[in-house]
Amino acid sequence: MTQVRASQAGTTTAADAPSNRVVILGALSAIAMATARIYAAEGAALILVARHSDRLAAAAADLRARGAARVETVTLDLESGAAESASHVSDWASMLGGVDHFHVVYGYLGDQNALPGNPAELARILSVNFTSAALWCSAAGEYLRERKRGSVVAVSSVAGDRGRQSNYAYGAAKGGLALFMQGLAHSLAPSGARAVAMKLGFVDTPMTADIEKKGALWASPDQVGMAIRRAASRGGPIQYAPGMWRLIMLVIRSVPSAVFHRTRL
Amino acid sequence: MDQLSPAAPGLAIGLRRSYGDSGLNPGGRVIDMTGLDRLIAFDRSTGVMRGEAGVSLSQCLRALVPAGWFLPTTPGASFVTLGGAVANDVHGKNHFSAGSFGNAVRRLGLRRTDGAVHDLQPGDPLFTATIGGLGLTGVIEWVEFQAVRIPSSWLDAEDVAFRNLDEFFDLSDERKDTAEHAMAWVDGLAIGASLGRGVYSFANWSSANRSRQEKSAPERERPRKKMPMDAPGFLLNSFSVKAFNEIYNGLKTMQAGKRLTHHEPFLYPLDAISDWNRLYGARGFYQYQSVVPTVTAREAVRDQLKLIARSRQGSFLAVLKNMGPILSVGTLSFPMSGTTLAMDFPNRGKRTLQLMSDLDRIVMEAGGRLYPAKDGRMSASMFQAGFPQWKDFRAQVDPGLSSGFWRRVSA
Repeated sequence: MTQVRASQAGTTTAADAPSNRVVILGALSAIAMATARIYAAEGAALILVARHSDRLAAAAADLRARGAARVETVTLDLESGAAESASHVSDWASMLGGVDHFHVVYGYLGDQNALPGNPAELARILSVNFTSAALWCSAAGEYLRERKRGSVVAVSSVAGDRGRQSNYAYGAAKGGLALFMQGLAHSLAPSGARAVAMKLGFVDTPMTADIEKKGALWASPDQVGMAIRRAASRGGPIQYAPGMWRLIMLVIRSVPSAVFHRTRL
Repeated sequence: MDQLSPAAPGLAIGLRRSYGDSGLNPGGRVIDMTGLDRLIAFDRSTGVMRGEAGVSLSQCLRALVPAGWFLPTTPGASFVTLGGAVANDVHGKNHFSAGSFGNAVRRLGLRRTDGAVHDLQPGDPLFTATIGGLGLTGVIEWVEFQAVRIPSSWLDAEDVAFRNLDEFFDLSDERKDTAEHAMAWVDGLAIGASLGRGVYSFANWSSANRSRQEKSAPERERPRKKMPMDAPGFLLNSFSVKAFNEIYNGLKTMQAGKRLTHHEPFLYPLDAISDWNRLYGARGFYQYQSVVPTVTAREAVRDQLKLIARSRQGSFLAVLKNMGPILSVGTLSFPMSGTTLAMDFPNRGKRTLQLMSDLDRIVMEAGGRLYPAKDGRMSASMFQAGFPQWKDFRAQVDPGLSSGFWRRVSA
């Protein structure tokens, strides 16, 4: 199912693509790279933003070799840099002569078990995944509202659909971000610009390297990247990738707490 | 890497498409190279591409093809890494004109377990050992190769049926200068006058002016179909023999089999179904690929096919290819000027092993050799006879690296 839809996306996005200008925040994550490679193959112009300049240079070379018309890199801590989000967004827009799609891909999983007695860790989880991300999306949204087109796509998580003992700090931040994007989408609707929260399930990336990966629920970064690329061009404000997660989370949300509290999820 | 030593050797591995134990290191560590999947540079005017060792050939093609370039040569599956393509000096259907992959490698980066980093070029003894060197001379970090221009991503292909092995060799001679890509499917079960009957496929890049849309036609990053589970053992022969006969008879009736085809189904038949190996069920299968030199080829291939048909163990399809005179670069490169026969044998235990050691004798007497990438059982003497320069190679092996294959054949 997912594969069929993915290949359809591959052909249709290539057609509407030739001059896309794209900014990717957190560009070195596996999911961001998979997304960026799709844009590169379309011949898009890209700005990659992340913390490590040497790895950014290697990523840029990869994307140029894959066909990107232009790749610029910006070394920036996105958590602290979010305070200046509006001015960064306008800088990037002038760098590329306009931006069509913003992708906010970075995130910080953190360690729920380490939270008791460690308020700094809780603050960091919330600040990276919610506060700074919302600031970036807001700045991008205002820019797009003015231009009356384009999209801002933020990576959220199915962990935001129901609080669970194993990761509710991360889940709350990602769930909050999805609500924010939904509201932003509503507010942008009259302008023609779009906002999307991508609720991702398990993805096999360095972020989840410590978790044992087995079974049909695990998606590859490439699979998810295609869904994210597609979401930049079409679809509603809340999108699940892979799509089966919409159904799975519907079920999980409906489990009464009397039952849910007996699980160790 | 700094945890590897002669006492505890490791092995770099890629997408794990080797059939035998050249990509395994039982009891030791392996380094999964597929995370190193970045292209480093691609010059669209010269066709020189450099990529990290873990980049797959299919990823290379995604950049190459839209720009009008193609891999210099390619195996029948594109889900292999650049590092693996070098380490096995892979070949394809265009061996006559292109040689093997190593012939197109311009430079490569190699890191030894003692910490030394080499930037190697053709002519360097360590380069020569690394091409086809099964990952044993160091960890290949990146590869730079020369791509070839293609006028389109389509092929003008032609299928020609042949009634026996003599006809195969006659056709090979007749077409060797005009068909860039050539390979033949052979009926592994035919006997007597039909021994070696099959279908030859030839193809050249089509220069017909194709529209842009067609040029970027099918995208096949992931295989379209999956083998959902292991097939029960009985399925293979009854099912597949029928399939072959149908294909064969179909082709005979449409002799003038010229057609335009996209390159993917022609060059990458194995990519269409992922996990196709599960067709063989839980006991798995052996792949057997030999090459014998031109002077002994007619006789040696006939003897091999006879033995296989008589044993009734072969799968229905064998692949025959003629290999051209371009010399391979590597000390352990498999290709040589001659004829290569590849076939799957469902694993039936001792009987299958016996058949393969009988085949070994034919190959050895003919002055041929077996393809390490497809082998999980050849004896040390068979290996050493097939690769007489193996001691030169051994001198270049990184003592911190090893594989199940290497421990067996270098004994």
